[in-house]
Amino acid sequence: MAAPRFKSRIVRWIDYRLPVFSYLHHELHEYPTPKNLNYWWNFGSLAGIVLVVMIVTGIVLAMHYTPQASLAFDSVERIMRDVNYGWLLRYIHMNGASMFFIVVYIHIFRGLYYGSYKAPRELLWMLGVVILLLMMATAFMGYVLPWGQMSFWGATVITNFFTAIPWIGESITTWLWGGYTVDNPTLNRFFSLHYLLPFVIVGVVIVHILALHRFGSNNPLGIDTKGPQDSLPFHPYYTAKDYFGLGIFLLIFAGFVFFGPNFFGEPDNYIPANPLATPPHIVPEWYFLPFYAILRAVPDIWFIDAKLAGVIAMFGSIVLLFFLPWLDRSPVRSARFRPLYKQFFWILVLACLVLGWVGAQSPDAVIRVGEDWGLPVLWIGRLATVYYFAHFLVVMPLLGIFERPKPLPMSISEPVLKGGGALATGAHAKPMEKA
Amino acid sequence: MMRARWTKSLGVAGFVATLLAGSAAYAAEHVALPEQEWSFNSLFGTYERDAQQRGFLVYKDVCASCHGLRLVAYRNLMDIGFTEDEVKAIAAGYLVQDGPDDNGDMYERPATTADRFVSPFPNDAAARASNGGALPPDLSLMVKARAGGPDYVYGILTGYVDPPAGFEVPDGLYYNAVFPAHRIAMPPPLFDDAVAYPDGTPATVGQMAHDVTQFLAWTAEPHLEARHRMGVKVLLFLLVLTALAYAVKRKVWAGVH
Repeated sequence: MAAPRFKSRIVRWIDYRLPVFSYLHHELHEYPTPKNLNYWWNFGSLAGIVLVVMIVTGIVLAMHYTPQASLAFDSVERIMRDVNYGWLLRYIHMNGASMFFIVVYIHIFRGLYYGSYKAPRELLWMLGVVILLLMMATAFMGYVLPWGQMSFWGATVITNFFTAIPWIGESITTWLWGGYTVDNPTLNRFFSLHYLLPFVIVGVVIVHILALHRFGSNNPLGIDTKGPQDSLPFHPYYTAKDYFGLGIFLLIFAGFVFFGPNFFGEPDNYIPANPLATPPHIVPEWYFLPFYAILRAVPDIWFIDAKLAGVIAMFGSIVLLFFLPWLDRSPVRSARFRPLYKQFFWILVLACLVLGWVGAQSPDAVIRVGEDWGLPVLWIGRLATVYYFAHFLVVMPLLGIFERPKPLPMSISEPVLKGGGALATGAHAKPMEKA
Repeated sequence: MMRARWTKSLGVAGFVATLLAGSAAYAAEHVALPEQEWSFNSLFGTYERDAQQRGFLVYKDVCASCHGLRLVAYRNLMDIGFTEDEVKAIAAGYLVQDGPDDNGDMYERPATTADRFVSPFPNDAAARASNGGALPPDLSLMVKARAGGPDYVYGILTGYVDPPAGFEVPDGLYYNAVFPAHRIAMPPPLFDDAVAYPDGTPATVGQMAHDVTQFLAWTAEPHLEARHRMGVKVLLFLLVLTALAYAVKRKVWAGVH
């Protein structure tokens, strides 16, 4: 790394003793990035920006919020009514959570489509799954803080998952609650953890970025950069591209904050928590709906009762992602060159959307087809759940064996094939015979 | 070429607009609500000042005998056009408990503009005891706390119609077309001329329901107008910023590809 010659003497003085400026120059300025990244690669930096927005608004909200069961709801309303621009802070934070998940889900599906989890980026991917899990825990506990009806009953349903653990489940749940039901101690610890976990996320994000910068970004072709002609310095090329993407994102974000701030919310959460009145149907926030559908899809399996099996399936659906780099046996990264995988990928997207929709329906809902025939939503959820697991556990390993990938381009700068294509080492991909 | 780009940008704007329109769409589920045009739902939407002030009268003369408004302070009424003197007079009509005084005794005094609306019952048990076991909910957030929002509130208030033939309504309950399961404990609160409007507007049930909904939409979301005003500015700013960012991106990348 050639240290750049900084103009300012002060910067040079500091950099000689503590090379932060050289480091930043190297990692954010000259950092070589594949020249062919498309706009799906914007979502990583967007996620980082949303994380900062959430932390900044969250810190200010915490200055005005009271984590006490009899005061929490009113303190949020005080923020909405009496704190200067409190409504703005709270709506940014509230919708920011939804934006964060939209951005991160797109980021994850981009990784799935272009095979960004494959060697040598397995740890990068696994760190991403850790971030997802931390985000889910943080979002869940944050949703509890306003202490509305959905906060309270959502917390009750989710923490009850732990009672499914055989033998020790009840004790663990009591320990988590700090009592025999969701109550003030639960709220206190959720607030404490909701404040802590975002900083843990920041830590894992830094490690995620360190792992990313080891080999650099994957790219839409999924082949390695072969030399300087294949890459561009991160600045100004990708800073400019990310900046434009950020503008589009902020337009959408602001659209919700200012003109539909409660679009993602549940009206029930504007009713103060009441342990004696259960809402007609308890639904989690939209970003948990696919997992909620998986939870409810699982019946009793042999000696495992439906609740435990559902909880295992739900957590399993995420834990599975840790093993993805080894479940996918194909040496070709990008779905562009994997004709079969490309189709299964879109079925997976569809299955996830269907699961999200199923999760929002009441568990006994039935789609009426004609007069006397109906399709229970539960069975649609089961079908989608089976596909979700089969996609990772069956389809991906088999595709590695049976799929015939298209020939890969020589390099990023030469995407047009001249004669037969070069192969990734050990690839099953064969150059197109007599094209 | 340039035109195609701009069409794209317009497409993006259209997408945003669609998302915004979607925010109103989650309203209509379950019972079909009578959908109203609400002045505050649009991009530049504001509350109807006259309707809000009339709506306050409806709340004060009708709803307030059973329903509280505990999150709203009397001073907030100045935001919907009441003068300070009017608000002082309104507040003075209520008694609040204060104290302890120098002798350690609690005492009652007339409310001031800084006090929150005095609820009609000291606690939920008292409210239930006076209402045949049913609890009249606080109305501060009602418009945001029910699916359908303003349409729901308006729908309940205008939903007292004759039950369909054979529909059983037990004693002490009333048929309401909009209420879940159609059996509501609240007696029909509005009848024509229930409130004498000082501005001469005919106080029909529909008019009063409209006015009090405008008022309660404001109690639920008091900063809506400021939010809309700021939102328009923010979106305009972001549109320009994004257009410039796009130009920069094009210029930076011009030599690549």
